[in-house]
Amino acid sequence: MGKTMAEKIFERKVGKPVRPGDIVVAPVDWAMGQDGTTPLAIQSFEEMHGKSVFRPERIVFVIDHNAPSPLESVSRLHDLMRSFAKRFGIRVFEVGEGVCHELMMSRGLVVPGDLVVGADSHTCTYGAIGAFSTGIGSTELAVVMMTGKLWFKVPETICIRLLGELPKGVYAKDVILHLAALLGADGATYQAIEFHGPVVESLSVEERATITNMVVEVGAKAGLVPPDAKTLSWVRERTDRPFEVVLPDPDAAYAKVLEIDCSSLEPQVAFPHRVDTARGIREAEGIPIQEAFIGTCTNGRIPDLEVAAQILRGRKVHPEVRLIVAPASREVFLFALEKGWVEDIVKAGGVFVPPGCGPCVGTHQGIPGDGWNVISTANRNFRGRMGNREASIYLASPATVAASAIEGKITDPRTYLG
Amino acid sequence: MIRGKAVVLGDNVDTDGIIPARYLTSTDPKELAKHCMEGLDPHFLERITPGATILVAGKNFGCGSSREHAPLAIKGCGIVAVIAASFARIFFRNAINIGLPILESEEAAFRIREGDMVSIDLATGEIHNETTGEVFKAQPFPPLLQEIIAAGGLMNLVEKRVRTNS
Repeated sequence: MGKTMAEKIFERKVGKPVRPGDIVVAPVDWAMGQDGTTPLAIQSFEEMHGKSVFRPERIVFVIDHNAPSPLESVSRLHDLMRSFAKRFGIRVFEVGEGVCHELMMSRGLVVPGDLVVGADSHTCTYGAIGAFSTGIGSTELAVVMMTGKLWFKVPETICIRLLGELPKGVYAKDVILHLAALLGADGATYQAIEFHGPVVESLSVEERATITNMVVEVGAKAGLVPPDAKTLSWVRERTDRPFEVVLPDPDAAYAKVLEIDCSSLEPQVAFPHRVDTARGIREAEGIPIQEAFIGTCTNGRIPDLEVAAQILRGRKVHPEVRLIVAPASREVFLFALEKGWVEDIVKAGGVFVPPGCGPCVGTHQGIPGDGWNVISTANRNFRGRMGNREASIYLASPATVAASAIEGKITDPRTYLG
Repeated sequence: MIRGKAVVLGDNVDTDGIIPARYLTSTDPKELAKHCMEGLDPHFLERITPGATILVAGKNFGCGSSREHAPLAIKGCGIVAVIAASFARIFFRNAINIGLPILESEEAAFRIREGDMVSIDLATGEIHNETTGEVFKAQPFPPLLQEIIAAGGLMNLVEKRVRTNS
């Protein structure tokens, strides 16, 4: 019987055959921490009397969750990260550079076949380029920084084939919201997901990242897209680091295989307060909104700002709606500026906040008021997620969010797409 | 042996419910404990007796963020163990790594009621509902995880190993 991508990556890392369920201690290629989780990792590192880090050039700290700092206590934690990084020669992506996951991919750090851990649950994103990447906790990050290794349970893999083609106005986000509803919030717990089929092949690397980013919302440990020519040219534009592509065997043994025909998919909206509640846009149309948010590690990239600008160009955000936009990185921001998309969005009434996590995590830059409905391109809508448990969050694609911002109510974006 | 009164929660308790992100400005378990479950139930702490409460939850407990502050807050407010039908992956790892006892048993999660007196034998994974007399058996942990638990968390284990190697 053949092996899945996840099994083959672990085999290469540990140098012996593995099977799903095996517990292995494997060396990692990258360890990443952000400003929400790294201070605790540094504290654990000190408590373990850590004296050195395994490979400082393979550790990355990113200040993105609370950036720029909204509080003096947060500034102290940022400084703690900076001084620790300086002591060991660790790279820090500073305030305004962007969201950790976008930087790990777009700055050419992670390559196909890598094993990556990050103290952030959405570390699973890098499966978009065929790396095995997964979220860990702070103590684990401390241990990885010290030893370069961590224990893993080799996961079973679910194979999802995305068939047909995406209709106009339906995007990668709609696919993954639909999948989350199908699988349920714990539908893939402890498992990996491989994405195959013509729809995933037709998507850009950025759009694939929207899908792999959200696999943790069904409990998955990793989401992997087999690298193709598109992946290779995307990675090669960013790094010279050598790598070996890992593809699944044609006869790989999957825990289950799901086939989904995307040709009849509608724009999807996930309802408060759970991610696995998506329904077709017709069931959500007309719900009034007070805040709209475009950005995050799910949907803050070039194709996302492009479609938002296209819809908002020459139009106005509804007077009772606050539209907040956070580009996923400085590069995305600069590209959007050059293309005139920032102007389109700002003239329509949108507010740009610095590249980073923006209001997604609920600490600053757009905390909703009591009773507000927010429509967001983020990956989570748990009660209180954006900082107020009296608000309700709906999740959708950037097109749906942009159209809804104009109308002041949840709106089918297809009416704005000519 | 661990013993405590059951406080029962539902399915899919997420990390924003356990500890909202605005409190991640602290890494002190005592400080985090003040806000434990605040996102889920602002009156949660009134239900807790420090040192004598066992949380019993449904499936997918701890889903969401990788924040280790979540199990730290739970441990910090004196909850002695968490029993759930299932745990989200990162929470599961974090709890083991910081030495918060967790047990996976669908049956126990389904049968135990608020206020039941529950005792747990971590060595055997046996959960005893003293109020009803029922006994449940939790999923046993693989050997490496048992080693981490026995050491009182991942940090202790690593420190021990580093010391023995040097």
